[in-house]
Amino acid sequence: MTDVVSTATRPGQSATSEMLRRLPEFLMIWVPLLLSAAHLVTFSIWTIWISFTPSTLVPVTGWVGLRNYTAVLASRNWQIAFDNLLLFGTAFVLFSLVTGLLLAILLDQRIRGENVLRTIFLYPLAVSFVVTGTVWSWLLNPGIGIEKLVHDLGWITFKFDWLVDRDMAIWTIVIAAIWQSSGFAMALFLAGLRSVDADIIKAAQIDGAGPVRTYWRVVLPTLWPITITVVVVQLQFAISAFDLVRALTNGGPGIATQLPALVVYDLMFQRSQLGRGAAAAVLMLLILLAVLLPYAAWRYLRRRQSAHA
Amino acid sequence: MQHGVISGDGSLRMRDRGFAPSRALIYLVVTLFAAAYLAPLVVVVLNSLRTDEEIAQSSMIGWPQHLAWGNYALAWSGFCVAETCAGIRPYMLNSALITIPATIFSTLLGAVAGYAVSLWRFRGDVWVYGIVTLGLFLPQQMRLLPWTIVLRDIGLINTLTGLVLIHTIQGLSFTVLFCRNYYIAIPHELIRAARVDGAGFFRIFWRIILPLSSPILIVTVIWQFTHIWNEFLYGVTFTTGQQQPVTAALIALSAAVADIPHHGVQSAAVIIAALPTLLIYLFGGRYFVRGLTAGAVK
Repeated sequence: MTDVVSTATRPGQSATSEMLRRLPEFLMIWVPLLLSAAHLVTFSIWTIWISFTPSTLVPVTGWVGLRNYTAVLASRNWQIAFDNLLLFGTAFVLFSLVTGLLLAILLDQRIRGENVLRTIFLYPLAVSFVVTGTVWSWLLNPGIGIEKLVHDLGWITFKFDWLVDRDMAIWTIVIAAIWQSSGFAMALFLAGLRSVDADIIKAAQIDGAGPVRTYWRVVLPTLWPITITVVVVQLQFAISAFDLVRALTNGGPGIATQLPALVVYDLMFQRSQLGRGAAAAVLMLLILLAVLLPYAAWRYLRRRQSAHA
Repeated sequence: MQHGVISGDGSLRMRDRGFAPSRALIYLVVTLFAAAYLAPLVVVVLNSLRTDEEIAQSSMIGWPQHLAWGNYALAWSGFCVAETCAGIRPYMLNSALITIPATIFSTLLGAVAGYAVSLWRFRGDVWVYGIVTLGLFLPQQMRLLPWTIVLRDIGLINTLTGLVLIHTIQGLSFTVLFCRNYYIAIPHELIRAARVDGAGFFRIFWRIILPLSSPILIVTVIWQFTHIWNEFLYGVTFTTGQQQPVTAALIALSAAVADIPHHGVQSAAVIIAALPTLLIYLFGGRYFVRGLTAGAVK
């Protein structure tokens, strides 16, 4: 290491040599942090700026005001994507909360094999969305997947063709997303359940509350801060979901499962509409901020409250 | 880890209270869930051992009649992805050449920066740290065009080096956060005493901080490796053809075989592509989960 011989500033040492001596640590600290911070700030501003220019194939200067935004918002592609996001976000978050909470409560009943079960419920999170999306696209494909299996077993009228059904296809993404990430909710809820104060539970039991009542009245209410965190993290995933949809339906059939992230990619790299693509990206950011800003405010208030208490 | 309080002595177990749905029901429900979670994996593993004809005759869900190990050889080095018939081996190599350096760089730089922000303190540290952690939330879509332009200008578009650069810089948001939150618990007196003894920034890092760091470094390495290996959007946007990571190659493979499916070989390819992160998860699951929760409850 560079400064093995360094001692506290020696008397008589000049300011320049002191600065030179500290240069390596200065660079090691500042270069990565500044690169990271600078790319976040400048890239955001850059994308926002492009969204106000008439850029198509290449970025150009110029000012078109909100025209890119109005064009994106008026496009069928975006409208479908936004409706899908509302449905997908709500259904996915709700179901994975319920599944995660149920699994956490069950695992918390001092059951055998808890470690194995936890490993099973969490492994999808270690796998790429491209992989799981591909696998689900096989399972849900009526020609080769579950529907075909049930037909082969003899139930010929069985139908499970959501993947190719315009109205139902978005639910295949909900299914795959719940399967992949409800383990996350389970992990956080389980940690929450394990940190509930034993005294509160004993007090409730002394008061004669049964286990169901104790859970409902005493244990679950302590979980609500975790619930909010889980909801926010899952919504963040839903808003920027791309890989999973790309692998599972690629936005189809037609544009029935379009989501904002796919619209952005489509505009930027397939239709060469850079200005509109950037506008769609900024819209995505705004949707995200609509979730994150209230969350940040809530966390700030809570922290202040607990600091006062 | 704390001990299970509910399952501790003040137990809430339903049986203790003479509550009807006995433990059998609990086991039944968790077993059903476990089966549902494992099913897709089992289906793919079985398919990777079935021939394409066998799958075509029945469905994707079935037991192999005889084990077609050839699928793996073909998927690894013989299958054609977009005009090149070298299997997914070159793409696995690409992924490794992106993931390993980017994981090492982002972890080391993140550890030094996290140490500086938490224990060394310097002018402006709160601000720069605050901005860096915003990277946890900024969608990739906001950075796609700038990265495209920057990579093109510095001649790194369609190179593995370009992706290493991106993942190193973007990974810092996570690695700095993880390390800073870990180091903040180290008593400041330790650092102050070392400084009085004349130890400098790097010496303290090397002699005091690093030896204490193995848990957080394992968490960070596992997190970064998993995320970079599984990343798809940047891979598919900034690289083409032979330069693509394996996630992008899998999509190209599905597109290439859309007309004449080769589900057995494709299943083998999917398993191979998922194996590195799955193995890491199996052996370092505890650390993986810690990264997961640390990233969420920042």
